[in-house]
Amino acid sequence: MIGIEHYVVVSSILFVLGVLGIFLNRKNIIVILMAIELILLAVNINLVAFSSFLGDLTGQIFAMFVLTVAAGEAAIGLAILVIYFRGRGTIAVDDVNRMKG
Amino acid sequence: MIHIIAFYLFAAMVIASGAFTILSRNPVHSVLWLIMAFFNAAGLMVLVGAEFIAMLLVIVYVGAVAVLFLFVVMMLDIDFAELRAGFIRNFPLGMALALVLLAELVLGLGAYQVGSLHLGTPDGSAATAVGASNIEAIGALLYGRYLFLFESAGIILLVAMIGAIVLTHRERKDQRPQNISQQIARRPDEATVNMKPGVGEGVRL
Repeated sequence: MIGIEHYVVVSSILFVLGVLGIFLNRKNIIVILMAIELILLAVNINLVAFSSFLGDLTGQIFAMFVLTVAAGEAAIGLAILVIYFRGRGTIAVDDVNRMKG
Repeated sequence: MIHIIAFYLFAAMVIASGAFTILSRNPVHSVLWLIMAFFNAAGLMVLVGAEFIAMLLVIVYVGAVAVLFLFVVMMLDIDFAELRAGFIRNFPLGMALALVLLAELVLGLGAYQVGSLHLGTPDGSAATAVGASNIEAIGALLYGRYLFLFESAGIILLVAMIGAIVLTHRERKDQRPQNISQQIARRPDEATVNMKPGVGEGVRL
């Protein structure tokens, strides 16, 4: 029978894949954003699985809020990416420290 | 039996799609694999009975976020081969960190399974009522106990929308946009003139 552990294993593997994606594609900020989406997806799977197996819907409500934040984050991140590309002509994140803030 | 087969199918597909997302050379392929991962995660959520979140995942992630990614990837003219330069160099460090993280997570799961962790048990106040569907129960919670959180989620989306528009908006010099205040300030008596030209004469405008 499929228990909660199966879902937790799947979501932890997906989470680790997301973290690995951030490290592997350190220059390509688009893939970094996609890896962040993978991490949030893993969190959502975890929340929904626990919510379902514990018989408490709060986890699913929370998954919805995570979804909201993920959508907003993707929109803002890609907007910043577009204006960065307009100004520099590249999206390499190695030299983003131009402002020396 | 079909439940177990479906779980392993969806789980394998979601993990494989996630791996291809971060490993593929072409970011367009990455986005398509990401869409695949979202679909299979939605399948996993349907299996545990969370239909609403599953459909939301398909609509919001596949319909909005992934298409946004696809637009940006195709709109920007980027040399992706150059951006992949550090891939091999970063591979050992990234792999080591990922394995350490996975080991930690598995350790935590083992501690949970052995029973040495005492997690809180739900008090049943947010449980699905008998006979109510998943969507009904979520709606009752969302518009009841979590109403303010729901509204603040709406505010977050509004701020994100305005922020994205403000960030990417630019005034273009080569266009002649409409001057709205001038248009509104026009009055009929000064905009139209009644003329009565005689035969054979023109009208001087």
